[in-house]
Order: sequence, then C-alpha cells, then structure tokens
Amino acid sequence: MTKQTGNDPIYKTDALIAEDIDAYLAQHQNKELLRFITCGSVDDGKSTLIGRLLYDSKMIFEDQLTALEADSKKSGTQGQEIDFALLVDGLAAEREQGITIDVAYRFFSTEKRKFIVADTPGHEQYTRNMVTGASTADAAVILVDARKGVLVQTRRHSYLAHLLGIKNLILAVNKMDLVDFSQDIFDSIVEDYREFAAEIGIESFTAIPISGFKGDNITEAPSANTPWYEGPALIAHLENIEITATVAQDKPFRMPVQWVNRPNLDFRGFSGLVSGGTVKPGDPVRVVPSGKNSRVKSVVTLDGELDEAVAGQSVTITLEDEVDCSRGDVIAAAGDPPEVSDQFESTIVWMSDEALKPGRGYWLKLATQTVSASVQEPKYEININTMEHLAAKTLELNGIGVTEIHTDKPIVFEAYADSRQLGGFILVDKITNATVAAGMLHFSLRRADNVHWQPTTITREEHASLKNQTPRVLWFTGLSGSGKSTIANEVEKQLNLMNRHTFLLDGDNVRHGLNKDLGFTEADRIENIRRVGEVAKLMTDAGLIVLTAFISPFRAERQMVREMLSDGEFIEIFVDTPLEVAEQRDVKGLYKKARSGKLKNFTGIDSPYESPENAEIRVNTVEMTPAEAAEYIVRQIMPLK
Amino acid sequence: MTRILTHLERLEAEAIHIMREVMADAQKPVMMYSVGKDSAVLLHLAKKAFYPSPPPFPLLHVDTTWKFKDMYALREKAAQDAGMELIVHHNAEAQERGINPFDHGPLHTDMWKTEGLKQALDLHGFDVAFGGARRDEEKSRAKERIFSFRTASHGWDPKNQRPELWNLYNARKAKGESIRVFPISNWTELDIWQYIMAENIEIVPLYFAAPRPTYIHEGGLFMADDLDRLEKVMGKKPEITTRSVRFRTLGCFPLTGAVESSASTLSEVIQEMLLTTTSERQGRIIDKDEGGAGMEKKKQEGYF
Repeated sequence: MTKQTGNDPIYKTDALIAEDIDAYLAQHQNKELLRFITCGSVDDGKSTLIGRLLYDSKMIFEDQLTALEADSKKSGTQGQEIDFALLVDGLAAEREQGITIDVAYRFFSTEKRKFIVADTPGHEQYTRNMVTGASTADAAVILVDARKGVLVQTRRHSYLAHLLGIKNLILAVNKMDLVDFSQDIFDSIVEDYREFAAEIGIESFTAIPISGFKGDNITEAPSANTPWYEGPALIAHLENIEITATVAQDKPFRMPVQWVNRPNLDFRGFSGLVSGGTVKPGDPVRVVPSGKNSRVKSVVTLDGELDEAVAGQSVTITLEDEVDCSRGDVIAAAGDPPEVSDQFESTIVWMSDEALKPGRGYWLKLATQTVSASVQEPKYEININTMEHLAAKTLELNGIGVTEIHTDKPIVFEAYADSRQLGGFILVDKITNATVAAGMLHFSLRRADNVHWQPTTITREEHASLKNQTPRVLWFTGLSGSGKSTIANEVEKQLNLMNRHTFLLDGDNVRHGLNKDLGFTEADRIENIRRVGEVAKLMTDAGLIVLTAFISPFRAERQMVREMLSDGEFIEIFVDTPLEVAEQRDVKGLYKKARSGKLKNFTGIDSPYESPENAEIRVNTVEMTPAEAAEYIVRQIMPLK
Repeated sequence: MTRILTHLERLEAEAIHIMREVMADAQKPVMMYSVGKDSAVLLHLAKKAFYPSPPPFPLLHVDTTWKFKDMYALREKAAQDAGMELIVHHNAEAQERGINPFDHGPLHTDMWKTEGLKQALDLHGFDVAFGGARRDEEKSRAKERIFSFRTASHGWDPKNQRPELWNLYNARKAKGESIRVFPISNWTELDIWQYIMAENIEIVPLYFAAPRPTYIHEGGLFMADDLDRLEKVMGKKPEITTRSVRFRTLGCFPLTGAVESSASTLSEVIQEMLLTTTSERQGRIIDKDEGGAGMEKKKQEGYF
C-alpha cells in the first residue's frame, strides 16, 4: 500500500476517537455536505480515483479490503497491486462487462465535510446518466488522462456539467505518474482546456495534477513528485468550494408547497422545502400563481417553532390569513415573487429510447407542479461533441436541443440559471409513465402574459340548457376505411331526428380548411388532433353534441383530448375493423397507394394504430351494418339530458 | 446572515421532502418497520415530516417470529408513541411448514421475508412502501434509485430504472405496480448513529453491550434469546457462555452475529464503529452467497 492516512489531519484522527470520543463527535456533528460528480471514462482512471478517495478516508473496511485483494488478483488490471476500480463497479452485469452503466452514489467524509459522489459512465451513450448525476452536484471533477490531453469526451463532459449549472469545475489531470510528473505536459493540457472552456462560457475552473493510482495531490499538495505545483490538493479544494444550497440563501424567499398539513380545524400549515432565501414570522409573502398576499405566522417543526428557516430546510409554514393555497403553489417573498407563464424556451435532454414526438402531450413536473405540456419541434439540436447547432425535427435518446414548451395551464417558474428547483423539470410519458426527458427553462415567451381569459356572461351550462341537452364529444377512432365517417353520419342523422343539436367534424373536411397546412408526419397528425380537440371543446362550451371522425391513431392524443374536456364528456367510440377487412374495402383506394409506396405514413401499413384499451363504446363493423352500429351507439349514449 | 446547514440537517431535509412527495401520488402508502436503528431513524423522520399531524400511513412489520424479544417490545411502544397503526404480517405457509433458520438456510429468508413482504403488500393493496435501505450498505444498493419501481410481481429491473434529476421524483405507475421508496438512501452508518445521538432517538437496547447468554455456532457468535426454542430446532441445548456483547445490525436472533464489546453508551458504540475494521453487514449471512451478487439477485426476486 502506498499511503496510510490514520494520522492525516484531513481525515478522522484515530487518536482522538480512541482518547476522547465525545470531543470527536462534537466536532463532527457540524460537518457540511457537498455533492460532486466525477466525469471521465474507465480509461481516465475515474473508478480508481473514487476507490482511492474511499480508501484514503477509511471508508473501506478490512473485510471489504480482503475481498478486494482477492478480486484484484482474479480480475484486476493492476497486476499484483490493489485495483481500486473493482471497489466501485457495482452491479454484476457491469463487473462482467468492465464498464459502469448507471449512476452510483458513493460517500466519504473528511474532518470538515461529508461528500456524496455521483459516479457516472463517460461514454456518449450514457449522456442521460451523466446529466442525472450532474443535476444535484455542487461541483464536477473532470478527469483527463495526462497522456491523452483534452479529448472530445472532455469537451462533452465539461459542456454537460456547465449545461446543468455547475459553477465549480475541477480539471483533474490524472495519471501524472505515467508522464513523469511533467509540468510542461500539465501546463499545455490546462492551456488547451482554458481555450475550450472560454468558448462555451465556462468562467473559471481549477486544474490539479494528480495520480489516483499513486495518491499524488489527493490529500496533500504539492506531492514530492510535483514540487512545481502551487495549487490545493483535490480534497482540500473540495473542502472549500461553495455549496449551492448556501448560496441560495441570498436569493428571494421561495417555498414550493408539497402538502397541506391539516390535523384539525384549528391548524392549517403548508409543508415544503425552502428552495431559496430565508423566511421569518411576520414576513410578507405572496401565494403564486393566485397572487394572494399574507404574512408568515409561524414556522412549525417537531422541535418547536423556528425564528427563521433558510434555503435547504424542510418546514411547515402557517399564514396570518385564510388564503387558498395547495400543492403546486409557491409561497414567495411578497416583494419579489417568481413569474408565471405557460410558454417557455428551454433546453431539453431526451432520455428515452422512444424519440420526442413534437406536439404530443407529456406530463411536465416542475417543483411540486404537474401539468400537461407539449414540446414543439426543436429550434435546433446541439452536437455535444462539437457544440454545433443542427437542424432537427425530433430528439432521440441522449439528444439535447432547444425547444419551445407549452403547458396547458400557467406554472410558476424561474430561469434555471437562477434556480434549479424552479427552473428544472422532467417530462413523463402519459402512457408508459417513463421519465423521458429533463429540461431547463430559459425564459417565458411572454405571449401568455398578454392573452387573458375574457370572462363571458352566458355560461356553458346556460348554452346547454337552452338546447335542452347535455354536451358530449363522440370521438370515433379506427383505421382508414373502418366506417367511422359513415357511422358518425348515421348517428348524427338519428340524433337530429330526436331534436338534438349536433355537429360532425370529419377528418377529410377539416383538412380542407382549418388544418390544410398539416401533412401526415407523426408531428402533424398530433397537431391535427390537438386542433380538432380544441374546436370540439369550444363546441361543447356552446352546448353542442360533437361527433368527430378521425383515424386518431395514437392513444396519447386521444387521452390529451379526453383531458381537455370535463369528466364524462369525452366518449371514445372504437370502430373496430380488422386491417384485412379495411384494406379489402379500400373505398378511397388509399391502401393500394400505400402498399405500392406512393403514400407514406399510412396508418396500418407503415404507421402504427394503437387500439383503445378502455373505449366507452366499441362497434364491430364485420358483425354490424353501419345502421346497426349507429343504432347501438345511440342507445348507449341516450338520453343526454 | 448566512446559516450553513450541517450534513445531518441537509440529510434530514432531503428525507422529509421525499416522504412528503410520496403523499402527492400514493394511493395507499405504508412504512416498512423492522425495529432496527435505520427503521427508528425513518420513523423519527416521518414524525417530523408531518408534524403536527401523525404520519398518514401505517407501519408494517414483516415478522419471521425469530426476532429478538427486545425488538418485539420496542415495536409496540414505538408505534404507540407515534400514533400510528402497526400491521404485523406472518407468512402463514412458512409458519405451517415450520420454516426456521437452522433447517432451511436461505429458504428461511426467502419464505418469511421475501414472500412474506410480497404477501403483505398484496393483501393490503399498498402501492408505496417506505424502506430504510442505504446506498452505503452494499454494492447493488449504491445504484438503486430513491423511488424504486417494482413490477406487479414485485421484481426489480436494475437496467430499467427511471432517472432521478434534481429533487424531482416521478411516482406515476401503472395499475398493479408498486414503488419502494428509500428516504435515507444517502445516509451512511455514521450519519445514522450521529442522528440517533443528536435527536435522542430510542433504539433497541441490544445495540449496547451488556452481559448476555451466548453460544458459538459454525464459527459465529450468537445470542440465545430463546433457549427452549433453540433447543427444539437445533436438537440439543447449545453451550451457553455469558459474554458482554452487542449487535451492529438486528435481524433474526439465530442469524445475527454478536460482537464482543464493552460499549454501553451511544458514544462508545460510535467509537467502536469508527475504529472497527469490518463492515456492518459482515455479521449477516444474506449477502455472501451467489458469488458476490447475493443482494442484487434477492432484490430482483422482490426482497426489499
């Protein structure tokens, strides 16, 4: 072993532990917490460095060390020496492949701080893992192999760390032992890096020459091998950099409300994690987005009421006035509240195997708010190796792009550069529930600020009652040629005979007017359905029974329309016709065209149809004639009063 | 003036935030309670998270009938003090077949704990279960998410975990799926002890050294918590020697190795921990089988 640190002042001192444990504990109750990420590939010696940090801080026990020595001999890459990398490559699958495929979190501490290290893989295909690790980090250690210098991956890692808002970047030039601890080599790497860093807007960084394998400049600097180095050792530097949560205390007060605490009628508290600033009883606050003002009455905890709470604490606040406030609202400094908007520019990182579908509705979660949102076609995609802007229609796994985001109702936000908590969001697929993207808001597009709801005197209830009916949207979905338009037309005729006020929106007809600018790509199909949904909604406001006949092949879009409407108003009617039957009918000759390749993106042929799983009504057009199907549907939906 | 939060304050705030987030999407949450020190910390954090309300979920103990007597005593008291309902589940099949740690080896853990847990969650229809696992405990835990998804059959797929960014957790799930949530993922063993000390949290006395009846079995040192029962399953009375011992983790008494110790106060226990040269789970047999991947395999099968 190269070095034992039992008496090293940086780490826990065994002597003090043995002699005066109470003094030791008193000293250690008040450590700070710093989270950092290590970026680099296995070749850069990243795992070795982390293994070294754990070993030097005595986070490795003897039984683990014995197992490690045995493993090192069996599958290590360091000859007879201990291979620290084996210590941190966790999952069995990873150990077999010799690569790290996920984010692993490691812990070690020194006299001054506890550290949480996010250990993520460096390859481009694991960009999403690195972004995940970086999202909570106060600092990033960018590893460079001294023999190789600044590589494409170094630029990529630095860009991602910078993108996620990490202010403290550490360039760790590793494997100095393999270049004879040459100052020239170190200086030239630093110079290369400085040039690149300036290009992408990194204002400052700290460069440290190290050897993770031998231990140089990890705990003490300068090491005997680098007398020319004048900066701090890696650990000393990590012990002194600013902690993001501490910096956030200087910002205006914000607390996203997680939960309303109501044990009895006399107590109503709002629980949350203070994301910015500080708060004291008596402080004037505003509940956003409603804009209601009040004052803080008390800051409640199990340990008694607090005189003050600061960013980073989880508390429960009571207010002087009975104001409406629930999960998703943000309690903020009355004099400096955050903005509210429903249209934004943002950078998003795509994290799913299924590519972004512009226009589709996703759940957007930001702080404690969850709303439906759609992502527009990217303005550009960023090549994370060259930082070039590329034209893009979508984003694939690990793709990063700048796009507009529209939410279905206004949300409280701040620019990501000002607040990770109120500017960072995730997108969730509505069907699979997978987290498909992470995003960082830049700014509001401000359109929402200028468009207000005009209150109207005659309500939708009054419109409907005048027509003596209950508004509905009868949404016919099915393959081309399944008989949607025919059946919908028949249903409308029957309803008309019963004095119901109806309107039929037909796919082909709408494309001649309202939607004539749209084609048949996935994005255009989604937009087509969104517009029809909005029109149908306006018509139900007017009191009408709306019938729509659209293929509407994707579950997510049908779900989007369902959510636009009031509960129970959307009736999904699945016109169920097997593809062979529809193709045989081929009323418009479209299947023939599609089969011969003259028509692209045709549902059922080269574009999927996702059958409804829980349609309110299903009609089988093989067993029923259109008239029978219509009669069946009418019987299901009546009386509609 | 800036107030720098300590690492314990930050860890506490994070755990409380996680517990409150669960309440937004969960239909029927439950807190796993094993009566150990990590469970004690978890329960204490739950009281803090929801004060002045009591924690809005019950406690669930998946019992093997082989726990230490002191654990059963504290279990009842802790639930009562917190104002929470306590649900105790026994796997009826394991009970009927007399599954025990001596005759059935790994099957004991599988039947009582893994199967017992699945049964309990299914029986009560819990969709979210809080657990006290920590990432520093074991290699496969280091990569587990704070919100860990399980299929309808309770399996864990390490390759299909949701990314967790910032402090945003995606708790949406399909019908039948459930989530295990680990609010103290980022705590280490030392953090747990420091927090117990700082917050004055009551823990099972077995963590402190005292003279106890012990015996040696297959090279390990164990406590004869119920001698009659031991005799029944071992076929003979083990040779009992009184030694001053304590426990670093608590499980089934015939499976949990004791360490000889004179540490009878919290600070002495921490002192021993800091000076020790073996890891916490070393006394436990569960991690070691299956060629080093024991815990990972158990988790894929539905172990907590």
